[in-house]
Amino acid sequence: MKKVISKSFLADADIEQIIGLQLRYGVVIASLIVLIGGILYLVQQGQGAIPPYHIFLGESAGYTSFSQIVKGIGAGEAKGIVQAGVVILIATPILRIAFSLVGFILEKDRLYIIITAIVLSVMLFSIFGGLKI
Amino acid sequence: MTILTFTLILLAGAYLAGLVGSLTGLGGGVVVIPLLTLVFHVDIRYAIGAALLASIANSSGAASAYVKEGITNIRLGMFLEIATTIGAVGGAVIAVYTPTNTIAILFGAILLFSAAMTIRKKNQEVSTEGSPLSYKLKLNSSYPTKDGEVSYKLKNVGAGFSIMALAGVLSGLLGIGSGALKVLAMDSTMHIPFKVSTTTSNFMIGVTAAASAVVYLQRGYMDAGIAFPVMLGVLGGAFTGSKLLTRMDPKVLKYIFCVAITFVAAEMIFNGYNHKF
Repeated sequence: MKKVISKSFLADADIEQIIGLQLRYGVVIASLIVLIGGILYLVQQGQGAIPPYHIFLGESAGYTSFSQIVKGIGAGEAKGIVQAGVVILIATPILRIAFSLVGFILEKDRLYIIITAIVLSVMLFSIFGGLKI
Repeated sequence: MTILTFTLILLAGAYLAGLVGSLTGLGGGVVVIPLLTLVFHVDIRYAIGAALLASIANSSGAASAYVKEGITNIRLGMFLEIATTIGAVGGAVIAVYTPTNTIAILFGAILLFSAAMTIRKKNQEVSTEGSPLSYKLKLNSSYPTKDGEVSYKLKNVGAGFSIMALAGVLSGLLGIGSGALKVLAMDSTMHIPFKVSTTTSNFMIGVTAAASAVVYLQRGYMDAGIAFPVMLGVLGGAFTGSKLLTRMDPKVLKYIFCVAITFVAAEMIFNGYNHKF
């Protein structure tokens, strides 16, 4: 019995370390990409007048879907690169849930496998559920 | 004004917002929304998009340290995230049918509440009796302190879960982390020690914000020209703030900022009431 407890404690501590690192790298990578895109944006359009931000354009402004962002990067557009960093930033906590799920599977903690799977499903529903309207 | 000047001013403003948000414990996102709407006259929807990104960046950056120290209660965070993510998705759906002026008024109200929460008495006591649900869900845990490992047990799990769902809705609707409400649920309702409730709340903010952020990204709330200086500025300010916090106790600063925030909140409510959004 004692052995089982110490083993699960070890797995707990390990997964905490991994989650901590994954969160940090996610933020650092996302920030670097946003920084690169941002500098490029200033070089390309820095001398132009600011867009009318008091008017909300919504989807017509572009870069609102994965394919648009990829296309933007391919064309070397600064806004596409910034938006790719934004996507990585948003993906960071979502990936954290996936890591937690792996951790609970390794610990064979059935209750928390279910709880984490529910949270992950809510996230996936939010991404693919077509809630944009 | 050129894009370059706008970006630099916004970067400096976002840095200050991140610094103030970190020193007061309000969070950078909360300060960034009035900055963008009241000072730069940006549409509140762009402000919400940028604030959500700032919340995710702050939460993930700070959580990485707390998780490693073992203060964060990951099981509790995961369990309550069911409530906050469902709430956040719901909030993002409701947002479409909510006039921007109503959102501004609601935001001002939450801002007032958050300011009041930051100066309240904090829960330092540890419960030794937990509710039956806290045992069933394995939520009782321990955390490291100066005097060694301290065990704590949870009460009113159901009530805490409900407040979390509300925190999620507000987070999705207003684009903020609603850390104040999360701490209220854990600290005052579930009787969790302050340090655990703050770090666990922070841990959850990233996931909660991401749940509505994916919807808002598809709706075009995130404009690269605003998101770029806001995200980097707030992150930098929050980082500076966290370094300063280890060396000083910003008690006086906290009161000054809370008074300032009260005026900002009043202006948001006033402008919303007069349909200026």
